[in-house]
Amino acid sequence: MTSPVPADSFAKRTPTDWKGQAMQKRIARRYASEKRFRLLGLASIVLSAGFLAFLLISMLGNGISGFTRTEVGVKFTFPIAPMVIDPAMLKGPQAEQVLASANLPAVTAQAADQTLGKGGEAMISSNAWLTVRDAIRKDPSILQQTVMLYLPASADIDLAAKGHGSPSAEAAYARLKEKGQARRAFNSTFLTASDATDATQVGIWGAFKGSLLTMLVTLALSFPVGVLAALYLEEYAPRNRWTDMIEVSINNLAAVPSIIFGLLGLAVFLNLMNLPRSAPLVGGMTMALMTMPVIVIAGRNAIKAVPPSIRDAALGIGASPVQVVFHHVLPLALPGIMTGTIIGAARALGETAPLLMIGMRAFIATPPGGVTDPATVLPVQIFLWSDEISKSFVEKTSAAIIVLLLFLLGMNSIAIYLRNKFEKRW
Amino acid sequence: MDVSGFAITILILGLGLVAWLSARARALRLAHAGQSPETSPSSGDRKARRAFLHSLPSYHGWYAAIWALVPSLLFLAVWTSIMPGLVTNRVLEAPAAASLPPDAFTRGAILSEARSIAQGKARSAFDPRSGALVEPYRDAQSFFSTGGGVIALILAFAGAAYAFTRIRPDFRARTRVERLVMMALLIASLIAIITTVGIVASLLWESIRFFSHVNPIDFLFGTKWSPQSAALGYGNENAFGAVPLFWGTIFIGAIIAMAVAIPLGLMSAIYLTQYARPAARAWLKPILEVLAGVPTVVYGYFAALTIAPAMRDLAVAIGISNASSESALAAGLVMGVMIIPFVSSMADDSINSVPQSMRDGSLAMGATPSETIRQVLIPAALPGVVGGVLLAVSRAIGETMIVVMAAGLAANLTLNPFASVTTVTTQIVQLLTGDQEFDSAKTLAAFALGLVLFIVTLLLNIVALQVVKRYREAYE
Repeated sequence: MTSPVPADSFAKRTPTDWKGQAMQKRIARRYASEKRFRLLGLASIVLSAGFLAFLLISMLGNGISGFTRTEVGVKFTFPIAPMVIDPAMLKGPQAEQVLASANLPAVTAQAADQTLGKGGEAMISSNAWLTVRDAIRKDPSILQQTVMLYLPASADIDLAAKGHGSPSAEAAYARLKEKGQARRAFNSTFLTASDATDATQVGIWGAFKGSLLTMLVTLALSFPVGVLAALYLEEYAPRNRWTDMIEVSINNLAAVPSIIFGLLGLAVFLNLMNLPRSAPLVGGMTMALMTMPVIVIAGRNAIKAVPPSIRDAALGIGASPVQVVFHHVLPLALPGIMTGTIIGAARALGETAPLLMIGMRAFIATPPGGVTDPATVLPVQIFLWSDEISKSFVEKTSAAIIVLLLFLLGMNSIAIYLRNKFEKRW
Repeated sequence: MDVSGFAITILILGLGLVAWLSARARALRLAHAGQSPETSPSSGDRKARRAFLHSLPSYHGWYAAIWALVPSLLFLAVWTSIMPGLVTNRVLEAPAAASLPPDAFTRGAILSEARSIAQGKARSAFDPRSGALVEPYRDAQSFFSTGGGVIALILAFAGAAYAFTRIRPDFRARTRVERLVMMALLIASLIAIITTVGIVASLLWESIRFFSHVNPIDFLFGTKWSPQSAALGYGNENAFGAVPLFWGTIFIGAIIAMAVAIPLGLMSAIYLTQYARPAARAWLKPILEVLAGVPTVVYGYFAALTIAPAMRDLAVAIGISNASSESALAAGLVMGVMIIPFVSSMADDSINSVPQSMRDGSLAMGATPSETIRQVLIPAALPGVVGGVLLAVSRAIGETMIVVMAAGLAANLTLNPFASVTTVTTQIVQLLTGDQEFDSAKTLAAFALGLVLFIVTLLLNIVALQVVKRYREAYE
């Protein structure tokens, strides 16, 4: 190393006075700036995490009350005038018919008016008679007695009980509370019912089932295709222009906005192939196209991680290339592929936009029976409820979000568990 | 077709199983027969017996099963897709169809009603003319589904029989089966190309139809967007100017969201890679990743329910009276938060791939860690960070649910973040979820917008990947 600076120039320079005031000040300034920078980094991460906490807490705060409902005690002094029912018949095979023709809505309304005073009918949900029917079905002997049944309250009373109601509803609820005729109970309807126009009767089961069916179609299509494509690209593909094109399109598909897949589904599956609208089949096919690149990319990484010595050993004892891959490489790579698949499926499960495009935003009041029935999915249901003007839908929307987040959390936990359990360091 | 089709599929699958078992058994028998009693000890060394077969018996089984299953199932799939057309043709030839009105629309309605009655989906006929067609429909349906089923079964039998006759000790069953497996692998990987082609073709096709109604120049450079008035027939010429949508998309996705995501994401990545202790890093990184895992519909609801009213109150508090409750700011802020983990993980990768020697050199010269980061690491990692930001922008402008739920529908060209703007994705959803027929200029406009979105995100991705790739090469 030759230095352009003459050697004696170092000797002539006065040495830096590190203890001097100017230098001490400079060092202090640099340390302060160091501290500021570090705090800035910490602050930004705390801010991001704080936002997440704020989001989760506000969803919990809004949604937890969606899992409960207000019930109003109504006294039934059987027999009640408009009811035509023979308790003996309830044991027979025509029990359902007897119950259906017993005019229970009118009976319930009358009992509510009697127990709760004038306007009592408006305090209970319009579907409250279903609870009465279930009670009679469960125990027909109550038809000879006077019983107190707790019926779901109307949306107004329910809102008032949760502190968001109109003044008149608040007053009505206060009166009920005073007489001890109101109580809070777990809202089982929310987990077992489907969409409805009345916020007290909505449930997520229909949307949840739609999500499951859609996910089933998605996985049934994208998992085999994704794994086979990953195997081909990683193990057999010759280096040529075709392979490059396949790789480029897979990487691009992984970055295409999801709504574009919705447009593809609309143009090809619905308009060209005339598949049924709003069906989990079409939703699943659209999502499969979206999930496939994720599975291919995860699969290739997992396959790449299997050491070549395993392949060499298998080839060395006479296995054919196909046997090497299907007997040795694939089983070893499968945990990694599964992890990627679950993460891809979780992403597809939270996806909304493409499904709006193919019409899965209809009002569906019955859970789908198969993959060709009209259905909706959980995120779309959240979107639909968020559009409702009625205030009582706010807590239902947030409650549905809690369910969705819990489900996604579960899926991701399984993925992490799989990764930790089966991860091998070669 | 539903029930019988299912039954026939099961039957064919069963046949495949039988073919597998019997072909395998036959191959095993051949192996035994090929063994002369002197050379084979009676104890039955299985490996010695198999030495006479070219392929393992199970490959012979698979060969037969493939011959039994693949042709017949392919035929069944094709048959199911063309059967409705065949059935309708036969019904129209029936004498009862002679009285049908020539008008295609009523004709279609009557036919579909008759079909749903014949399939048991509907009870009784609304139109008496369709009632007369129920019987011909049922006949045609059972004729064609029985015919298809019989042909499929014959195909399965014929395939299995053909494969069965080919079993010889020297028959190369494994080679054939493996060739088919390789074909399946190739087809699976071609699906990615088919999907890409499908996206481009469907977007282009519908966009070309749109541009036959609307001049592309007016679409790309017009400043007035009011598809509603076009749908009502007030003239098409100037209603589809998409500039306000492009501006809204850039304003929310590339300006406001990035103003949140770049500083927070970058600083988080710096803190995580340079300052945080490993234990803290193990906790903080997953927390950021959870932000990326929250579904966008949840962010959208949060933006609309919590952030948007807060932003309006803020605007009113600082004296902006015409603040919208669907402000660009609310949607942009929440979108920025959604993008943070994305920027952070990209920055994390590029900072980590700066060679350790550069960092050590700077620290050894007496620079503080923050000086090292600002003057050595960030400049060195900049291409990677820029690539990451470009990817994040492409993600943000393609994001749909946040803007659908929190941004407005008014196509304004404004710089005011408290005003309402609309985006490309919002308008695609708006245009396609209405009730109008599919071929109107309004629905086709959604595909033109989709095409623009696709091209822009594609370009951003290609550029970003190029930048990142070149940067990686510089340090490897």
